[in-house]
Amino acid sequence: MSEVAAAPQMQISDEVAIQMIGMHKWYGEFHVLKDINLTVNRGERIVICGPSGSGKSTMIRCINRLEEHQKGKIIVDNIELTHDVKNIAEIRREVGMVFQHFNLFPHLTVLENCTLAPIWVRKMPKKDAEEVAMEYLERVKIPEQADKYPGQLSGGQQQRVAIARSLCMNPRIMLFDEPTSALDPEMISEVLDVMVSLAESGMTMLCVTHEMGFARKVANRVIFMDGGEIIEENEPEEFFNNPQSARTQLFLSQILHH
Amino acid sequence: MTDTATQPRSYEPGNHPDLPPPLLTSGPLAWVKHNLFGSPLNIALTVISLYLLYLIVPGLLNWAIFDAVINAGSREECKAIAAGACWALPAIRFDQFLYGFYPDHLHWRINLTAVLFFLALLPVLWDNAPFRKQWLIYSCIFPVIAFFLVVGGLGMEEVETTKIGGFALNVIIGVTGIVASLPLGILLALGRRSQMPIVRTLCVMFIEFIRGVPLITLLFVASTMLNYFLPPGTTFDLILRVLIMVTLFSSAYIAEVVRGGLQAIPKGQLEAADAMGLRYWQSMRLIVLPQALKISIPGIVNTFVGLFKDTTLVVIIGLTDVLGVGRASLSDSKWQGLPEEVYVFTAILFFVCCFSMARYSTYLEKKLHTGHKR
Ligand SMILES: Nc1ncnc2c1ncn2[C@@H]1O[C@H](COP(=O)(O)OP(=O)(O)OP(=O)(O)O)[C@@H](O)[C@H]1O
Ligand SMILES: [Mg+2]
Repeated sequence: MSEVAAAPQMQISDEVAIQMIGMHKWYGEFHVLKDINLTVNRGERIVICGPSGSGKSTMIRCINRLEEHQKGKIIVDNIELTHDVKNIAEIRREVGMVFQHFNLFPHLTVLENCTLAPIWVRKMPKKDAEEVAMEYLERVKIPEQADKYPGQLSGGQQQRVAIARSLCMNPRIMLFDEPTSALDPEMISEVLDVMVSLAESGMTMLCVTHEMGFARKVANRVIFMDGGEIIEENEPEEFFNNPQSARTQLFLSQILHH
Repeated sequence: MTDTATQPRSYEPGNHPDLPPPLLTSGPLAWVKHNLFGSPLNIALTVISLYLLYLIVPGLLNWAIFDAVINAGSREECKAIAAGACWALPAIRFDQFLYGFYPDHLHWRINLTAVLFFLALLPVLWDNAPFRKQWLIYSCIFPVIAFFLVVGGLGMEEVETTKIGGFALNVIIGVTGIVASLPLGILLALGRRSQMPIVRTLCVMFIEFIRGVPLITLLFVASTMLNYFLPPGTTFDLILRVLIMVTLFSSAYIAEVVRGGLQAIPKGQLEAADAMGLRYWQSMRLIVLPQALKISIPGIVNTFVGLFKDTTLVVIIGLTDVLGVGRASLSDSKWQGLPEEVYVFTAILFFVCCFSMARYSTYLEKKLHTGHKR
């Protein structure tokens, strides 16, 4: 496993994938994100953790404009996120997202879920889209479920479909918002396995997760957030073994000894 | 006990042959026992129901069928033959009940329109239809064909629209209202949930105004007051005005029904669609509406059934729909005193149509339901 952690290290390029500069966000009067500065290089895998309500989801949702930031800059793939609808569309095409509650489309089959965006956004012919979809469904190990509806799958299978669905758009960056926290324990590992293999392929990933095993295995950096701020940022080993701030220490002691 | 529990056991397969189920757990007898005589209350209800049926059904059958008369020249003749219903009036005036004052020699055009209508309806309702795509194109141009067939023009003899009447008029108003109000209602529902304040306010005002006013008032507005609003000299077909009012009226109801469906769709669905880069209209058409409309089917069909029956209100502004024909025929001195037959006949016409809609809605719900739930 140590070679897994070492190998992707080399794939990180100097190219910047995501850059947030002095980014702030408010919900009405409530200051959710405070002066977020973060640069993610291509091929980097970042794990974001922190207590509930600390703004982790909000931060990664700003990256594909599911939430709008009010101050500072977010640059994704050299495109700045502004009110320009064209920029937003372009960024969303390059950024895939996996949600805590899967958000699969219940009225479409697994295959249709996967081909929808390639057909309508990338204008891919249906047959090609289906081929691509089957490829990714094989990669997440559920090609045999292609014709079922999401409601007929287990939670772990649904989440793997959701990952495949995002990958079908061939994104350059993947965002994960607590992808395993709605799953029963025995299904968590099947989803994490998929994510690990994705990391090994060199995908730029931002994962909000409390799966510390996963963080150790694949992350280049772990980011700790609290109260809307980035409190600490470090390599996984250092982060877990030698947390700097008191808040990080408290948080780690809580999640590691529950 | 603990001893036997830990003992390994094995059984020879095939020791349990298939047996028939115990008596009275399946089959029609079991159904009767379980559903009709399952409990004392159940037995009581069954007995009461049977008694009520015994009171009503024989009399009804006698009146409507066994003692009924269909060939007669006047009410008196009817009475002389038998004491039951006198269907002679609807039978003699059958054409009028169906077509109103539409010229006799042109009835075939209405009939042809009806046939073409069913052909246009088929691919919409039947989603495994062969060549469905091409067929749907025909469905889209059908309204134009129907218009010319009914009104004339293009070399065909023209018919004044006020001549259109009878059940044909109800169907024309009902179908046009249904077809036009569904998309309009969906747009209004989306508008009411729009982020744009102006769009939202306009939609809310429209919906609330239309819902707050009886249809009759709108029809009166259509028949009289519209002239005040329109530039002087414009003539604007009365039936067209009625069609517009009926459409607006039912679209407000549809909008509210659909809005209910939209609200039931979790926010995550739209977020997933957004995150994939779908545009607003794409996510609405591909993700949100299919799910929202599925939930709204009972409400939508309910509104349509109501709309179809409300088409009889046009009598009040002087159009002769099937009810109008019925009333006119009753004033014929030869036939005076026959309201039951005329109204029962009309009721049957409406019931057949509305009941079909209801059945289709049930079928559609069942069909769309499979596979989505565990
Ligand atoms: N739409 C909203 N309107 C107002 N406040 C919100 C909204 N969404 C989130 N918040 C608040 O913003 C804060 C950050 O929320 P966020 O969902 O980003 O937290 P999180 O770190 O992802 O927490 P969790 O681990 O529970 O998912 C919370 O205090 C939350 O109450
Ligand atoms: Mg969250």
